[in-house]
Amino acid sequence: MSKLEHHGTYTPTSGVGKWIDARMPLPRLMYDSFVAYPVPRNLNYAYTFGGILSIFLVIQIVTGIVLAMHYVPDATKAFDSVEHIMRDVNSGWLMRYMHQNGAHFFFLAVYLHIFRGLYYGSYKAPRELLWILGCIIYLLMMATAFMGYVLPWGQMSFWGATVITGFFTAFPVIGVPIQELLLGGFAVGDPTLNRFFSLHYLLPFMIAGVVILHVWALHVTGQTNPTGIEVKSKTDTVPFTPYATIKDAFALILFLALYAYFVFYMPNFLGHADNYIPADPMVTPAHIVPEWYFLPFYAILRAITFDIGPITAKLGGVIAMFSAVLVLFVVPWLDTSKVRSAVYRPWYKLAFWLFVINSVFLGWLGSQPAEGVYVALAQLSTAIYFGFFLIVMPVLGLVEKPRRLPNSITEAVLERSAKTGGGSPQLGDATASADKS
Amino acid sequence: MTDATQEPEGELPTRRDFIYVATGMMGVVGAAAAAWPFIDQMRPDAAVRAAGLPIEVDLSAIEPGGTIVVTWRSKPYFIRQLLDDEIAAADTLGEGDMKEYQPAAERIAGPDGAETRNWVIVSATCTHLGCVPNIVDNAPEGWFCPCHGSVFDMVGRILRGPAATNLPLPPYVFADESTLIVGSDQV
Repeated sequence: MSKLEHHGTYTPTSGVGKWIDARMPLPRLMYDSFVAYPVPRNLNYAYTFGGILSIFLVIQIVTGIVLAMHYVPDATKAFDSVEHIMRDVNSGWLMRYMHQNGAHFFFLAVYLHIFRGLYYGSYKAPRELLWILGCIIYLLMMATAFMGYVLPWGQMSFWGATVITGFFTAFPVIGVPIQELLLGGFAVGDPTLNRFFSLHYLLPFMIAGVVILHVWALHVTGQTNPTGIEVKSKTDTVPFTPYATIKDAFALILFLALYAYFVFYMPNFLGHADNYIPADPMVTPAHIVPEWYFLPFYAILRAITFDIGPITAKLGGVIAMFSAVLVLFVVPWLDTSKVRSAVYRPWYKLAFWLFVINSVFLGWLGSQPAEGVYVALAQLSTAIYFGFFLIVMPVLGLVEKPRRLPNSITEAVLERSAKTGGGSPQLGDATASADKS
Repeated sequence: MTDATQEPEGELPTRRDFIYVATGMMGVVGAAAAAWPFIDQMRPDAAVRAAGLPIEVDLSAIEPGGTIVVTWRSKPYFIRQLLDDEIAAADTLGEGDMKEYQPAAERIAGPDGAETRNWVIVSATCTHLGCVPNIVDNAPEGWFCPCHGSVFDMVGRILRGPAATNLPLPPYVFADESTLIVGSDQV
């Protein structure tokens, strides 16, 4: 796509516009990035989650800044200050429910965005760095969400923090000093709450920074598209505005409608009732369960119940859990297929959907007690999770016979519309615009 | 190559190379030294460490067979006075009955010069995922973790369940007949 990038379509008309353009051409950058920027003409709704995610980052930052005006990061006052926000602060309940449910929908959107990338092979050359930047955003999101969950200082906050920071004790020798460094004490307490609040405020801005890099990298290589074929001519693209802008906006409205339903009608559906009990270091909740978006990793953590040589079961579980996230970073090099999109890879398509089902199943296992048949199922499911990345991805690329690829995006679009009975005007349009350029 | 100032390849590094590298290294050391206070401030502070000093526990209030929970460094610890039959039950357990064998006698203590050694002082944090186990009087079973079902015996050894290791023993010492110090092994 870079060969099609043609800076200079922006022409300021007003005197002020020209004055700014000669000194610091920010309007030009915005115009070239979000108005004239060419996107593949065949993007479907799976490609709208990037835009949705950026809006959710804004929602979380704005509601978060407002909540921080009323919240007190002190172990004796935190829980009460959250109740104060809910009961006394004007519209405080709305700010908090938007923030709390916003986190859930942020993760829902990011998972759909990641699955989209895996399905259409968005991570393949030359988009490896784009993919890795996305993985970094995802890691930062997980850290932010974990620390944010601790702030209300309920039972799940406290014990969730105890269990998660307890992971570090699995490492021999350095484990306990690292845990004390993170906690600022010998157990989760006031110093922990204060530093988590500080970092929970910082990390979203770091996410925003990496998002800028992510979008930058995207605009260097250009978007992928459902065919996985690179843009070859001007007829393969449409301008970002109005085409992608309107499509993103429509998808955003639908997504926000679902979000609003949760915020207004079932704000605590995705949370845990135990977190409305103030934190008590002497009483453990019967079931410590993380939020739904961590459940697959929690299941992997608990699936390792056996020692592997010098690695204890506990350390093995922690390593497996972190590996489950880190394996995403090397996906561009694990997938050996020359064909990008699952549309033209029948076996990969099947493997992908099995992987999706398995991921949801892992999440369900994470919500169940770690005993009996659940342990064996979690072990099987964990093996399938890693098998997809470490065996299916490299091997399938070598043995699979992909379907015939169309010559261009335009050809794919026209073939498709010919089949569905429409499309002849589009052929005229495409040819006409190609002639014009 | 007749130019005298031109270095032939493969010659030893010059004095100037050495100065460059040494200066760069000094910069790295300086950056690390400057970074250290920013990391060090995260460690437990003086107030937290002061609050984590050893605690004194009065044992006279505990009936034989009874258990109390004390907190040291914000974490709970069990102090249990065993009955004779409970000690006997713990002694009957062998290596095959548990995951991490340790003789019961090594986990039972008492004041110097006392007739019987019948005190058990163990961490009340389950070694699986950090829950607080419930006290049960069902010798040889002594603790049951409600979270994931780990069962510990009367002296805190893991019998079954997902936990892999025994409840750890904190440092402690008997100051006199009825006073226990938890958090230090010196009076």
